[in-house]
Amino acid sequence: MTTDLTRLTADALATKLSTGEVSSVEATQAHLDRIAAVDGSVHAFLHVASDSALAEAADIDRRRAAGEELHPLAGVPIAIKDVIVTKGMPTTSGSKILEGWVPPYDATVMTKLRAAGLVSIGKTNMDEFAMGSSTEHSAYGPTHNPWDLERIPGGSGGGSAAAVAAFEAPFALGSDTGGSIRQPAHVTGTVGLKPTYGGVSRYGAIALASSLDQIGPVSRTVLDSALLHDVIGGHDPRDSTSLTDAWPSFAEAVRNADVAGLRIGVITELQGDGFQPGVMERFREALALLEGAGAIITEVGLPSVEHAIAAYYLIMPAEASSNLAKFDSVRFGLRVNPKGGGTVEDVMSATREQGFGAEAKRRIILGTYALSAGYYDAYYGSAQKVRTLVQRDFAAAFANADVLVSPTAPTTAFKLGEKTGDPLSMYLNDIATIPANLAGIPGISVPVGLAAEDGLPVGIQFLAPAREDARLYGVAAALEALLEQKWGHTLLSQAPDLSPSEMNATDEGAV
Amino acid sequence: MAKLMDYDRALELFEPVLGFEVHIELSTKTKMFSDAPNYFGGEPNTNITPVDLGLPGSLPVVNGQAVRYAISLGLALGCSIAPTSRFARKNYFYPDLAKNYQISQSDEPIAFAGSVEVELPNGRLFTVPIERAHMEEDAGKLTHVGGATGRIQGAEYSLVDYNRAGVPLVEIVTDIIYGAEADAPELAKAYVSTIRDIVVGLGISEARMERGNLRCDANISLRRRTPEGEPPAPLGTRTETKNVNSLRSVERAIRYEIQRQAAILDDGGTITQETRHWHEDTGQTSAGRPKSDADDYRYFPEPDLLPVVPSPELIEELRAALPEAPAIRRRRLKAEWNFTDLEFQDLTNSGLVNEVVETVAAGAAPAAARKWWTGEIARTANAQGVDATTLVTPLQVAQLVALVDAGTLTDRLARQVLEGVIAGEGTPQQVVDARGLAVVSDDGALIAAIDEALQSQPDVLAKIRDGKVQAAGAVIGAVMKAMKGQADAARVRELVLERATALPE
Repeated sequence: MTTDLTRLTADALATKLSTGEVSSVEATQAHLDRIAAVDGSVHAFLHVASDSALAEAADIDRRRAAGEELHPLAGVPIAIKDVIVTKGMPTTSGSKILEGWVPPYDATVMTKLRAAGLVSIGKTNMDEFAMGSSTEHSAYGPTHNPWDLERIPGGSGGGSAAAVAAFEAPFALGSDTGGSIRQPAHVTGTVGLKPTYGGVSRYGAIALASSLDQIGPVSRTVLDSALLHDVIGGHDPRDSTSLTDAWPSFAEAVRNADVAGLRIGVITELQGDGFQPGVMERFREALALLEGAGAIITEVGLPSVEHAIAAYYLIMPAEASSNLAKFDSVRFGLRVNPKGGGTVEDVMSATREQGFGAEAKRRIILGTYALSAGYYDAYYGSAQKVRTLVQRDFAAAFANADVLVSPTAPTTAFKLGEKTGDPLSMYLNDIATIPANLAGIPGISVPVGLAAEDGLPVGIQFLAPAREDARLYGVAAALEALLEQKWGHTLLSQAPDLSPSEMNATDEGAV
Repeated sequence: MAKLMDYDRALELFEPVLGFEVHIELSTKTKMFSDAPNYFGGEPNTNITPVDLGLPGSLPVVNGQAVRYAISLGLALGCSIAPTSRFARKNYFYPDLAKNYQISQSDEPIAFAGSVEVELPNGRLFTVPIERAHMEEDAGKLTHVGGATGRIQGAEYSLVDYNRAGVPLVEIVTDIIYGAEADAPELAKAYVSTIRDIVVGLGISEARMERGNLRCDANISLRRRTPEGEPPAPLGTRTETKNVNSLRSVERAIRYEIQRQAAILDDGGTITQETRHWHEDTGQTSAGRPKSDADDYRYFPEPDLLPVVPSPELIEELRAALPEAPAIRRRRLKAEWNFTDLEFQDLTNSGLVNEVVETVAAGAAPAAARKWWTGEIARTANAQGVDATTLVTPLQVAQLVALVDAGTLTDRLARQVLEGVIAGEGTPQQVVDARGLAVVSDDGALIAAIDEALQSQPDVLAKIRDGKVQAAGAVIGAVMKAMKGQADAARVRELVLERATALPE
């Protein structure tokens, strides 16, 4: 039997493609077969683009055969979070209000993926409009964590993380507004990076909160994330908030990984109380490894972080309430005509009533309230001040440390349904990831092992100053190498087998 | 129909307080926040991009040319230009608003604190205080189908054309204007006319009111006068009149609202704070939607756009390139053309100053240019109910004047030529040639006609010979008639006197 192509990293697959050992059609078909086999139980995908993916793959194979010089990643399959607008593929952002909408244009990141010859195999599940930490707010049903199908895969990008963890795709695109790339990486044993705000174009990413959203890579290895980041990063004239900086090669940063002399600041406020013992244990172990490799571990304070969640839950819903106003049935998406007809306002109201889920409505109402005359200063205005304080805290901390570090989230994956009735406890999941979005700085989550008490994956988060994404790839790659050297294997090789026979045996039905 | 108070009586009882919001559509190549063509006359929903439709994922990008235009306009209005200004979202649901928020500027406009000097028909100079000028995007256009009025009430359905969505606008907002008194309607007209002159002078907008390139919302309230020595009464409740699509309408609408509000207040009633819709045909306003200061648009800084930070060098470059201010220009032209106050006033009121400037530039004497534009051309325009500028070009008028100056045409013939030019028969020279209207300067033809006229009126001939030269009039008339008017009357007179003595007895 040949190598299972789905077990390869994107980098390894790219090598096989470029040497002609494997064709893109074979690689793509292998992943489509894997999806067909396991996605009934994982439900990472909202749309599988079998036909167009195979056609794109065949095109790459033909071009390669014709001797055309291709991008190193050409022909490698990739999964796309459904928040990203894709020409020719349905895009719903996890919401009923966009059911069946096929966008007439591509997001800038899609244009870049297509130009590099990556093969889009489908759109991944997510909390509706990226509002959530578990994918349970998806209008199309939750995604299941490949490590334990009764548990959440994180959110909002649980679909992308689960697809990668379940070997349905070598890597994927995610988006991160308050942790939606990093927290799913943490609970699925995968790697995810939120770039510096402005590092990757937001054009074509359906906005949740414009000042916080950022598209980024999701993968099984640090190198794969870096390779993908190299493709999607860079200035885009269609996004005014896109930075004009020239970026270094992130893949180079991975290959040159070295932590000797690196000052790593442990964030005082993001450990201890509320953090699961097994999470803290793996966290400290990772720090010890880094220290052993020459890193200098210090402790830094971010006093404003305790207010970050409160500020976030005013700024994010405020922007969301305005961003989601366009879903009104007039130009695209769902239209609900009230019984007996009605005015345009009646149609808009009926459409939004039926099209939005409970969490979307909750945040629209919160945000509308926060922006209202008479409340603006007390809520939105104060939240912006906290945001400034958080930014100042980071600036001070980075004066004494090259990167900061914390567990990515307080706990391992919780059970589906465990927190859906308690929004506040759900929101607290993002306590460690939200500050980076408020400050616009990059953050990465890398797996550091399994928690002793439940055997579930744990991630560590590194943060760097804005524009220093390369520094994150360096430290994450160094840690990844140290851990795999210690274990003698990758973490994901320990994930349960999701083979169909076992599925049937345990009677895990599709959701 | 609303009860109206006599205008003079209304002014005795109340002081009118004004405020204007003028929207200018900028004539940039592309829209305010997208690269769609800035053109909305075409097939509906063709000049649009994902940004103009507010499609999910789309993002705005500021049009640099629109920012430069806005800065120039701000400078021409005597405003300060903000070193940093910011776009904000104005949130409200309406189907012509693709995103259900309008990208505008709220508390950080690009230009603020200026003033504009306007000249009223009675010669009074008035300084209108400008609070701010800010940038924003236009909405789409709704067409209501199935109702009797074409308005939303009673319509069966409505169509939306987003070609206009995203067209760049600058909104100029005045401070509260006190002291206009009985001149309020004329001030309104003169203010809008001056703004039009400024934007036309800057070349940043077509500024055609009838096409909606320049739109005026007129706010007006009445304040009851108090006896001398007593504190002034508080400001009255204002109304905002929309849909005033010509300079004349601006004037009429203000006058109407003063009379309408005065009648209500004098009856002990109260003014409802609302928008009023101006009806050109009936000369009245009708109630629109209620508008309160508590309207909550939930403005917040537009997170998709960076602040606008024009460099001081750019601002100075644009300042240096500003054309002359209309008030200064008027003074200069009046002196250069040697017009009397009254002559210049008439010209200003006719709104044809630019036409005369261009006609003079094309070679005509200022007096002649003024005479044609404010005389025959304005009369024809008035009779046809069209704008004088649509009838002829300044070049054509200059050519006409040149033909008169050269003696090719008499004034009377020139009027016929003008008629031909207006009818689209070509240049003045082409009309002269085609209609055969040139003055007959061939003395031979004239002499033959004169001799015939003199010989057929021997009594007149006798009187002339007796030195009663005024009798020549009858002969001159007959000759002009015979020549179908195509003769120079002065030359005919000379020749008549000459032939009277030359003819054999």
